[in-house]
Parts: sequence; structure tokens; C-alpha cells
Amino acid sequence: MKVSANFSALKKTKWYEYAVRFLLGGTVTVVAGLLAKYYGPVFGGLFLAFPAIFPASATLVDKHERQKKQRAGIPKTTRGRQAAGLDAAGAAHGSLGLATFAYIIWKLLPAWNVAMVFVVAVSAWLCVPCALWWLRKEHWSHSPK
Amino acid sequence: MSAFAGLGDVLKPKSFAGLFGAAPSIALAALGLTIAANGKMYAATEARSMMAGALVFFLYAWLCFMADVAAQIKGHVSYVIGAGHLAGVLHIDLVVGSEGELA
Repeated sequence: MKVSANFSALKKTKWYEYAVRFLLGGTVTVVAGLLAKYYGPVFGGLFLAFPAIFPASATLVDKHERQKKQRAGIPKTTRGRQAAGLDAAGAAHGSLGLATFAYIIWKLLPAWNVAMVFVVAVSAWLCVPCALWWLRKEHWSHSPK
Repeated sequence: MSAFAGLGDVLKPKSFAGLFGAAPSIALAALGLTIAANGKMYAATEARSMMAGALVFFLYAWLCFMADVAAQIKGHVSYVIGAGHLAGVLHIDLVVGSEGELA
């Protein structure tokens, strides 16, 4: 299965849907900072992996897929939920990349240059879930190729 | 954060686009601010806890996947299970926190 980009999908997303994501992300960042300030880095750090993007994107995927089917004359469909489920499967892979990101920051940050650590950690975050996704599609999937 | 969300919108298939739902957007912003304010060791301690949060995120996303595909739960399951994430985070904090106190 090939990965592709459909930029017209950006037009389907309303400005306020981006605003909600932006606001949620900003709020969680501030809350994580405040929790770390009052309860220490051990507690505050837990919220750095808070799923700020995923719940909003899964809900939007569900909504957009249902709207697409309704425009095609299919009022009742499980397509939206299935698409949201696939989005969740991707997020599960991504969360393992997030754990790798955190591990690299934890181990390398005290000794390495900050910018270098961030570059390595973000690269690992991108590579680990992509590799897992590819392995699952190519080797562990039961669907016909 | 909006950039990662936008990537998730344009990419296909959806299982691949979902990877960007777990982008370290909050972590990048918060760790950058923490390093500037409290130093690298403080941020490294936060990152150690973040690993536990990421594993709970995995459970959360996997449960959403199972629930959505099986369609056994009606409504927007993501937000329902979101409460489970918070509970899981707090539970893990008790474990991590008590280990920190013992060390």
C-alpha cells in the first residue's frame, strides 16, 4: 500500500476545527507546565504525552467520512467509525514513537547538545512508527496485497 | 501542533495518517520552555515520566481502535476513553512517584 497526500482534504477542515486543536494543545502545554511547577517534573512529565491531536482528529475523520457518504446518498454508514478506528491504530503506532522520543530525551539530554538531542529524538519519533506501520502492512497483515 | 494535525488530514491511508495523531507537539513546546527555565536535568526527568504517559497513550489508542472497529460501543468512544487515559496516568504516577521516593 502506497502512502499519498491529498491536499484538497485541508479545505474540508473548517478554521475553527484548527483553532480547537491549537487551543487544546496550548492549554495542555500550559497545564503540563503548571503541574510540573507545583507537583514536580515526575508528575508534570506524564502529561507531555497527553493525546491532544488524536481525539480531535479521530472525531473529524469520523465526521468527514460520514458527510462524504451522505453526499453520495448513503445516510447510515459505519464507514466513519471504521476510518476513525484506523486513525486510532495509527496513533497507537505513533505513541510507541512518542515513548522512543521520550527515552532519547531522557538518556541523551543531560550530556548532549540540546538541538542535537531534539533532532535525534524527532527523527526517532518519525522512523519508529513508520517502520512499525510498514512491517504491519507488509508482513503481519492478513489482507490480500 | 496545527502542522502535525494538517499532515494527518492530508495523508492516506488513514492508518498511516494516524501516526501524526501522536506527534510530540506538546512535548517539543513544553520541554523547550522547561530547558530554558529549569535546565536540562529537570527536562530529562520530565521525559522519563513522559515514557509512562506514552505507554498509556498506546493503550488508549489501541482501545479506541478495538472499540471503533468492533463497533461495540456507540457514540464518540475517543472522549469516553479519554477519561481512562487520565486515570491511567494518575495510576502510573503513583508507581513512578513511589519508585522515585524509594531511590
